[in-house]
Amino acid sequence: MHELSVCQGLIRQVERIAAENAATSVDRIVLKVGPLSGIEPELLRHAFTIAREGTVAALAELELSQGSIKVRCRLCGGAGEAAVNRLLCPDCGEWQVDVTEGEELLLLSLDLETSL
Amino acid sequence: MCDTCGCNVTPGNAHLVDKKTVDVLTNLLQENDHVAAHNREHFERHGVLAVNLMSSPGSGKTSLLEATIEALGNELSMAVIEGDLETENDAERIRARGVPAVQITTGQACHLDAHMVHDALHDMALDDIDVLFIENVGNLVCPASFDLGHHANVTLLSVTEGDDKPAKYPVMFRAADLVLLSKSDFLEMIDDFDTNRAERHVRELANAAPVLTLSVKRPDSLGPWFDWLRESVIALGEGRVMNPRVQPEGATLHSGP
Repeated sequence: MHELSVCQGLIRQVERIAAENAATSVDRIVLKVGPLSGIEPELLRHAFTIAREGTVAALAELELSQGSIKVRCRLCGGAGEAAVNRLLCPDCGEWQVDVTEGEELLLLSLDLETSL
Repeated sequence: MCDTCGCNVTPGNAHLVDKKTVDVLTNLLQENDHVAAHNREHFERHGVLAVNLMSSPGSGKTSLLEATIEALGNELSMAVIEGDLETENDAERIRARGVPAVQITTGQACHLDAHMVHDALHDMALDDIDVLFIENVGNLVCPASFDLGHHANVTLLSVTEGDDKPAKYPVMFRAADLVLLSKSDFLEMIDDFDTNRAERHVRELANAAPVLTLSVKRPDSLGPWFDWLRESVIALGEGRVMNPRVQPEGATLHSGP
């Protein structure tokens, strides 16, 4: 359950960005949590309800997208989707592939409210 | 009414509130990665190879360190950071072999992070050390997500755990720079662990890491592990850039605005 540590780091980043923008509250936090990131979205959601307490993001909505896993083959150039524990080329079936999508653990954007 | 939950915004004053979206694109582990980079610089300035050992609890990480100290103690100067939820037991086992060891007790935390390693380094004389082993908390899930500032991930899989562990814990085994199939002396007693199948599961994670089979009960099986260690120390000394295999994507591919 390392999702709570990750979430606490997230909240510190959000608080810093909110302060930089003189925001009074954070409405929405948008993340990308790839299937190979090692983070379980449901556990992150639970951790978020704990970590946001008493912060500028106390009422923020958490929006998570997972995306898919994509690989590109170094041998034949084939590209496509792969399963989490079978990162194989969709064309030739070999394992010498680069993962081009699926490992992201990113804070994409924040919706902020500021007093004019 | 307060400034916290928005209850001070009424139809009468809503025009005074501005809403905006800020694009960020930073890694969620940014704070950890920042400290990890600092740790790595620190290791490199002192010429220390830092190796992160990961596995399930009881796969033989501490026993492997004991055997390594026994065999290479005269050749390489070593130190160990031990991570466990509780007890000083592992650090005491290492110190009994005459090697400095700092125990980190994480309480409820299931992994080490870069901050914990940074704090432990205050108790360590790095100038006198060639190799620092960081024995992570026994866990095949969480430790894989945290860069500690080390140079290589070594993941142990004891043969009694089953050869499909890489398929079950893909994030961990994808992060491995070296996989050690430990307790190989048990292979004679169990008929369902196939070292080739274990290696195939690692390859199916698009990981080319060497897979070595060894047992501390069979000292002659440890040679390839010692060679990997020696070669890594030389590579670091020659200034080769060494990062653990899976670097946090956000930090390397997406720089913040």
